[in-house]
Amino acid sequence: MRKKVQSIRQNDLPDALPDFRNLGVVSRILVSVNAAALFFALARSREIGEFAAKVTEVAGSLEPVLLVVLIVLHAGSNLFGRLTYAHGLLAVLAIVLAVTAALFPFQASLGGSGSGRELVLSLGYAALATGSLAWYFHLRNRAFSPAISEARLQALQARIRPHFLFNSLNAVLSLIRKDPQRAETALEDLAELFRTVMADNRELIALKDELSLCRQYLNLEQLRLGERLSVQWRLDPGVEQALVPPMLLQPLVENAVYHGIEPGIGAGVIEVRIERRDDRLSLQLSNPYHEDYQHRQGNRMALANIRERLQLHFDLEASLDTRIADGRYEIGIVMPYRAAP
Amino acid sequence: MSPLRIVIVDDEEPARNRLRELLEDCRAELPHSVVGEAGNGVEGLRIVAEGRAEAVLVDIQMPEMSGIEFARHLLVMETPPAVIFVTAHDRYAVEAFEVNAVDYLTKPVRAARLLAALKKAANGARLARGVLERIDPAPRRYLSVAERGRVTLVPVSEVVFLRAELKYVTARTRTREHLVEESLAQLEQEFGSVFVRVHRNCLVARGLIRGFERATETEGEIGWSVILEGCDEKLPVSRRLWAQVKSLVTS
Repeated sequence: MRKKVQSIRQNDLPDALPDFRNLGVVSRILVSVNAAALFFALARSREIGEFAAKVTEVAGSLEPVLLVVLIVLHAGSNLFGRLTYAHGLLAVLAIVLAVTAALFPFQASLGGSGSGRELVLSLGYAALATGSLAWYFHLRNRAFSPAISEARLQALQARIRPHFLFNSLNAVLSLIRKDPQRAETALEDLAELFRTVMADNRELIALKDELSLCRQYLNLEQLRLGERLSVQWRLDPGVEQALVPPMLLQPLVENAVYHGIEPGIGAGVIEVRIERRDDRLSLQLSNPYHEDYQHRQGNRMALANIRERLQLHFDLEASLDTRIADGRYEIGIVMPYRAAP
Repeated sequence: MSPLRIVIVDDEEPARNRLRELLEDCRAELPHSVVGEAGNGVEGLRIVAEGRAEAVLVDIQMPEMSGIEFARHLLVMETPPAVIFVTAHDRYAVEAFEVNAVDYLTKPVRAARLLAALKKAANGARLARGVLERIDPAPRRYLSVAERGRVTLVPVSEVVFLRAELKYVTARTRTREHLVEESLAQLEQEFGSVFVRVHRNCLVARGLIRGFERATETEGEIGWSVILEGCDEKLPVSRRLWAQVKSLVTS
């Protein structure tokens, strides 16, 4: 009984501090704190004429603190990653209170009374705001787990096309009598591929692991498509260490084969280009575009799934775009560059 | 009984090899010979005619010409071979095949299933007409004409106009004319996005209309003809359809 409870709880995403380098997180904090401040100013004004003055007063004491806190959190976000959730929360609270206290004399010089009572009040508001935000991020975390991650997992497990599985098995069968060793390698690749697909795919992984998954997949496709399939890899040095959501590239490569190579009678090229531009990682994938075969189903599912997962991991900082140019279908992904430890 | 003459059509080489192996396993029970194999439907039609095949194993999902379209072209032959579809997945409703006694095998194929299908073919089971159109109503890429015992393919994209004449429909390309078996109404239904009807007896390629010309006056009414790229002949537009045809060009 106890074991069962544990295994269900393992499906929950563990509570974690938000990533303070993320634009989405930062803007959520800015918007909610300022909205609360406006509301506070409104509540404290006895008449409408007083409102503007109150807003100026509240903003004057709030914005510098908020700004400094966000800068400190941004700078320290690497450290928070190493703390437990509870310790991290305490650290953030300590930072907020310290910044509030440190800036207090400066605010007093701007016209506050500078009394001890006012300092205690400011600290109280700061603690309240921090607590509310922590609660908000906790709820948000809960909302995305386990329901969405569970659905996502299932969608992924169903994702590799049955068509691919049966064609690959057929290709392996054709090898068993003539080239048993190649058949063995192919079955090992297939096993590895399915192991990854069925694994718990929630943690970010190093790009090099995703790339080796893609290569295993492509080896299998090469088996049956032969010289019709060729892939050009152009990778910037060092990108292999980047952290990416698992199953980010494989579904896109599979789509490229399905929509770009299979409908073509001659040879087709899939191009994969991965670059690092400062703190961004850019992935571009393109394949021949066959206008007549657009009724082949299954493209949007994979794209929607990847887009959703990018959003879950990177919020507003990641994007996925597609376009058709010069007879080729292109997908571009831009996401924050984070190196694997 | 002479050995059954078989052709294999599949765009993937390993899949063709696998079928050959399985056929080898069935040889003791059902004597046969593989008279050829092809990687696409166009090549497949040539090999079927040359080898006088009696049964064809054909993959459904192939580039350029699907297995379904390939089988439709086979039917213009005087004595078409039996068709056995081999497919990795059942996008096409499996029931449609079962009801119509068209044989299909799923990849990976089992030798026992293959043997059963071959026996049925050897006993003379053939596709009924009209079945394939119902399974996959997508327009074909080619029109097919039986000429001197073989199947000539005319790419739909090269046809300038189609005209009903007495018993047959003539498909006119830039260079020559072909007689096709389908009725104008059937062709209009299948290729409505490619051709437009300008007259009771005529469909023209939408993309090749270059303009109109005043034709002879009949009974006081002005008639119009359509000018088509790649064709000197001026085809009359019927009065009933004039407004509709004209709007295609002006819009």
